[in-house]
Amino acid sequence: MLATLFEALSLLGSFDHRLFEIVGLSLRVSLTALLIGALLGLPLGAWLAVAGFRGRGALIVALNALMGLPSVVVGVLVYLALSRSGPFGSQGLLFSPAAMIVAQSVLVVPLIAAVTRQIVEDAWRDYAPEFSVIGIGRPQAVALLLADCRFSLSVAMLAGLGRAMSEVGAVMIVGGNIDGYTRVMTTAIALETSKGDLALSIALGIVLMAIIFGLNVAAYYVRGWATRRYG
Amino acid sequence: MFPLRIAGLRFAPEARPILDGLDLELSGEGISVILGPNGTGKTLLLRLLAGLLPADGGAIDWGGAAQPDGRLAMVFQQPMLLRMTVFTNVEFALRPQPMTAAERRRRTTEVLERVGLAHRARDCARLLSGGERQRLALARAWAMRPRLLLLDEPTASLDPSATEAVERIIREIRTEGAKVLMTTHNLGQATRLADDIIFLADGRVQEHAPASRFFARPQSPAARAFMQGELPWRIAFDR
Repeated sequence: MLATLFEALSLLGSFDHRLFEIVGLSLRVSLTALLIGALLGLPLGAWLAVAGFRGRGALIVALNALMGLPSVVVGVLVYLALSRSGPFGSQGLLFSPAAMIVAQSVLVVPLIAAVTRQIVEDAWRDYAPEFSVIGIGRPQAVALLLADCRFSLSVAMLAGLGRAMSEVGAVMIVGGNIDGYTRVMTTAIALETSKGDLALSIALGIVLMAIIFGLNVAAYYVRGWATRRYG
Repeated sequence: MFPLRIAGLRFAPEARPILDGLDLELSGEGISVILGPNGTGKTLLLRLLAGLLPADGGAIDWGGAAQPDGRLAMVFQQPMLLRMTVFTNVEFALRPQPMTAAERRRRTTEVLERVGLAHRARDCARLLSGGERQRLALARAWAMRPRLLLLDEPTASLDPSATEAVERIIREIRTEGAKVLMTTHNLGQATRLADDIIFLADGRVQEHAPASRFFARPQSPAARAFMQGELPWRIAFDR
């Protein structure tokens, strides 16, 4: 056990090319999915927070339910959509990093939108009378509330990144776990563990945990700084 | 927009009337102060005028129109300030108005100077003191050049010097031609600011009179009873 751990640490210390290639692809795929999730999820959640229309409650329930969407189900759906006979088959995206980004985005958008909706709705309750008297319309209110809640929304972004980076099932199905092309940290850990190469699995696990822990520490300090700076 | 005529205004959530047939007529000048015991519907009346709540009955006539012409502003007892700079907290309120960005900036700078917050324009609004926050909220309302300014207890929980600063701004806004309709529990403040007093009790206007007459000799039994419990004010006024 200790020998495996030392081997993992030596892989990290020697800046193993294969390991860092996997880490780099993981970050590229997950951060791109997070960006897409933010671009779609933040405005969608904020709009749901301030909008009033028939069926809003049902939409919120559906969005909350989608937060728990099983990743393998998403993987299968995206696989069907991108496969040769699917509606986007002609794009040739299956078994590529782009397909993995699509799958992770599908997982991340509802999560970011649902958390954003809750955060912005709480703020909206406080601001609605002022905005109403001033004559601020809904689109402007969405933009203002997103800007006002920007530090609280870091929680939504962290949740989205956590969901994307820790995801295995969907990227395995649509990416195919191809060495040097679509192999990311989670799929590599799953594969190397099954092959018995625990050192690489542990090294990747350490990197994965360090990234997620580091981002949470950064978010914690940013929020503390923001509270002191912006109240 | 004026004269503002309110007839038979009723607000009765769950069939329990808070305002019950309130009648009132306001001219477009001066500062009108609404007085009355807690829970009598002073803030509610402002919110109904601001269109934040629908009335259960009665009518509001805005100088012959069914709606105010848009030049209405309100400062809440605890104004909400965005987690942004002092400058942005005024400037954003002008975005719905038809004016250029340069005009918005110019007017924002102007009102911040007039309320004594120009030197804090780049600071975060949430870090201001209570008095500064209230002055900022007044600046926001003032920048909108309102014809009617609604103030809900604008100096509640402020110290005397902050109260004095806020009252000076209210007077300036009045001097510029805005009608001010405000609530307060501070009778000293009412004597200093009010041109006329609207006394509410039991869901109606019990008395609407020039301030000097109201404070010298309240006519309604409810107003007399209310005033007898406020000795500190009476001493200040008699001086």
